Amino acid sequence: MNKNLGWKLIVIAGTLLFFLFGIIGIPEKWSGSGLVAGLQNRIHLGLDLKGGTHLILQVQVNDAVNVDSDNAVERLKTDLRARKIFADITKPDPVNNPDKVVLKGVPPESSSDLRSLVSDRLPEYDLTSGADNTWTVSMKAQALADLKNRAVTQAIETIRNRIDQLGVSEPIIEEHGLGQYQILVQLPGVDDPGRVKEIMQSTAMLQIRQSFGGPYPSEQAALQDKGGVLPPDQMLLPGRSIGPNAGEGGQTWYLISRASAVTGRDLRAADQTRDENGQPAVSFTLTGEGGRRFASFTGSHVGDNLAVVLDNKVQEVAVIKDQIHDQGVINGRFTEQETKDLSMILRSGALPAGIKYLEERTVGPSLGSDSIRAGVTAAVIGMLAVLIFMLVYYHAAGINADIALILNLIILLGFLGYSGATLTLPGIAGVILTVGMGVDSNVLIFERIREELRNGKTPPSAVEQGFGHAWITIVDTHVTTIVSAIILFIFGTGPVRGFAVTLSFGLFANLFTAVFVSRVIFDWLLSRKLRGEALSIG
Amino acid sequence: MEFFRNANIDFLGKKWYFLAFSLVFSVAGVFSMAFWHGIPYGVDFRGGTLVYVKFAQTPDNNVIRASMDRAGLRNARIQSYGSAGSNEVLIDVSEQETNEQALDRGKTQIINALETNAPSGKQDLNNSSFLTVKTFLLQKDPLRLGTDADQRYTAQAQAIVNYRDKVKSGVLQSMDELKTAVDPAVVASLSDGFFLSNFGVRNVEIVGPQVGSQLRRQALLATAYSLAGMLVYLAFRFEWIYGVAAVITVFHDTLITVGAFSLLNKEISLTVIAAILTLIGYSNNDTIVVFDRIRENLKLMRREKLSDIVNRSINQTLSRTILTAGLTFLTVLALYLFGGEVLKGFSLALVIGILIGTYSSIAIAAPILVAYQDWRAERGKPVALAAAARDANRREKVKAKV
Repeated sequence: MNKNLGWKLIVIAGTLLFFLFGIIGIPEKWSGSGLVAGLQNRIHLGLDLKGGTHLILQVQVNDAVNVDSDNAVERLKTDLRARKIFADITKPDPVNNPDKVVLKGVPPESSSDLRSLVSDRLPEYDLTSGADNTWTVSMKAQALADLKNRAVTQAIETIRNRIDQLGVSEPIIEEHGLGQYQILVQLPGVDDPGRVKEIMQSTAMLQIRQSFGGPYPSEQAALQDKGGVLPPDQMLLPGRSIGPNAGEGGQTWYLISRASAVTGRDLRAADQTRDENGQPAVSFTLTGEGGRRFASFTGSHVGDNLAVVLDNKVQEVAVIKDQIHDQGVINGRFTEQETKDLSMILRSGALPAGIKYLEERTVGPSLGSDSIRAGVTAAVIGMLAVLIFMLVYYHAAGINADIALILNLIILLGFLGYSGATLTLPGIAGVILTVGMGVDSNVLIFERIREELRNGKTPPSAVEQGFGHAWITIVDTHVTTIVSAIILFIFGTGPVRGFAVTLSFGLFANLFTAVFVSRVIFDWLLSRKLRGEALSIG
Repeated sequence: MEFFRNANIDFLGKKWYFLAFSLVFSVAGVFSMAFWHGIPYGVDFRGGTLVYVKFAQTPDNNVIRASMDRAGLRNARIQSYGSAGSNEVLIDVSEQETNEQALDRGKTQIINALETNAPSGKQDLNNSSFLTVKTFLLQKDPLRLGTDADQRYTAQAQAIVNYRDKVKSGVLQSMDELKTAVDPAVVASLSDGFFLSNFGVRNVEIVGPQVGSQLRRQALLATAYSLAGMLVYLAFRFEWIYGVAAVITVFHDTLITVGAFSLLNKEISLTVIAAILTLIGYSNNDTIVVFDRIRENLKLMRREKLSDIVNRSINQTLSRTILTAGLTFLTVLALYLFGGEVLKGFSLALVIGILIGTYSSIAIAAPILVAYQDWRAERGKPVALAAAARDANRREKVKAKV
């Protein structure tokens, strides 16, 4: 029965070579270490095998919304004042409803003015009226959702910039599906998460605002100075350094305007430098548009105080001696490392909102290599046990099953190499499981063949019947396990996904080896037997 | 060589024994989950901080606990981890210490508490990052390289860290051990900036409360979808009663496995859930093989009782069932014994699951099929399974003749 046997054997040999190439590529040296090196190049190891840090962070999108609504408040104030409408404008709940702005005391005659103002100048906001001449301005639902999503996308970009500058190889930074506004960050080989987290977390919200007073030794002192009530367009911010007027704890406070003259978005570049005293400092350059705004602000505020605010803390305060265009220097008792990190953070752009860490896992490289060793040992032992058993129980047919199994493993690893999928520790377990479950197909077929032989069929007929009957069952069992694996992949996280991937690949490979390859080997064996000679199947 | 040649065991007849056996284990498991150990959620599901530490010498858990108490971590759970002689300890700080305002505060406190003899101004070489070592070497320049220093010192720092991690499993006992890996001048200079503590941190897992509840929900959803998918596929390939029988079987398997974890007080982590979903797939496989044979025999054996057909089907597939179970069990046992500590929960779930999954296809799934059809036949309702319909038909014919 030589029907296409030759072609089938060529297909199998071709498959073998193809997937072998997927595992080791073309090794530079044909030696033990050369092969291992080839293997390391092709197969991606997961964090739990390589060591590294895994983080899940949540973008505090309300921060970004607050920035937008603060600007809206400022615009409202300026415009209303220009039309001589005086109203009390506040944000009643910046924590939970950051987009809500309430205006009290708007005279009824001005309501149409107010409406046209909002629709012209604040197109993303809705205006609703309330009792007693109060009006509420809040963001439109779509605009709000867009703003929040944009904050997440921007955060991902910024974090990616910062991590790139750190030189981490193959980092993963992506939106995490499980929750709201969550980002997944995986940094292979990073064994010091502390520094990385600080660099990522710094919002580096740089703002240059007007300073109205300070340094005060405490918040109470500042309030007293202003007669107990702060002007509505000013707020208190803590200072970064310990000054001569420090109260207990060394914290100083400044009275700063709510609005900014210039923000981090107007930055074009930032660099490490030294100030006039030779101390480490950071120099910055503004964009064209930013430079123009800064020039007009400083031009009209000569003699006033400027505050450089970083992450809502006052970095330094300086007097505006004359108009500043687009260059400046920030100093404030930095160390060399701090200026390096800070200029890098400023260059990468500001985070649009704060981030909070929800999950942190760090696998040390020592554990990673121990895990690989243990996983490979278990795989080899498990595989050997199965190979030997098949030989003992099924005699010569056992060789058939063993060849299929080994080919199965090669195809599985080749799949991994080609697809670039990540091999994790559960993934290695998946390989081991594939060996166990894969041999099931062979068992099904062989048992059926034995039954048919017992019922008096000839070897060729028994083989035909065996494969025919078992095929349906093999398909059923493989499909159900693959469906399980798909669900695991959808709902699982990194290591579990690795398991789902190797299990699925292994089952697909098994469909090929157990049915096609085993059949070809049987056919080849049968073609060399004389009529009536028995089939060695135990 | 062949086991079970021409087996002819009356499995269905023993169904009450099987039921009793299953009931005993299910109830024991449920009792344990409700009243004894509860469901032992791992850190993935309950949130918390876990720090895995390897010590140079065998650690005294009481000493460690005292250090934790001194640092204010009163509810720290200290547990020996790994094989004997590995000197590994797991320090577990409960959920209260792990809130999202300062997620890694627990970890920092633990590490500070363990570093009892730190000379000021020096860093712990056993817990320093590659970058820290490289920065120090670049500054110190013990080989007096000047230019081209970056590449050389990167290689040296990498060699130091690799030796510590891959050869010494993360804990160096003395600086001299490094002399085999790097230049002696470099080793000598290290003592100026580094000391060696008696521990190395191998693994850290910090899960905030928000993520913990998300993962719990995901695990439940995945299991529910798995079961639903199975039901649909089987109803489509066979008849819906087959699907129901399979789902009940798999539910039984999951219950006993989770109950076993509760009885043994082993933690259920994400990988354990993955193992449970896998064993759902495996148990299903087994059940399908028996069902396939039943379906085939229903067509062939047109004159026999349903219970005889089912018994015969089980006996015919017995060889395959035991063999596959045995071989898969062999591989999973290898994983449990040799696969390392990290996979212990996963492999334990599979070990239990494969045994129970094999047992349940014979002891639970088949009897349900038969019991259901008998029940429908008794009620005189139209019967789904062809054989049972024939039985009912024959009874009618016999009555009519008389």
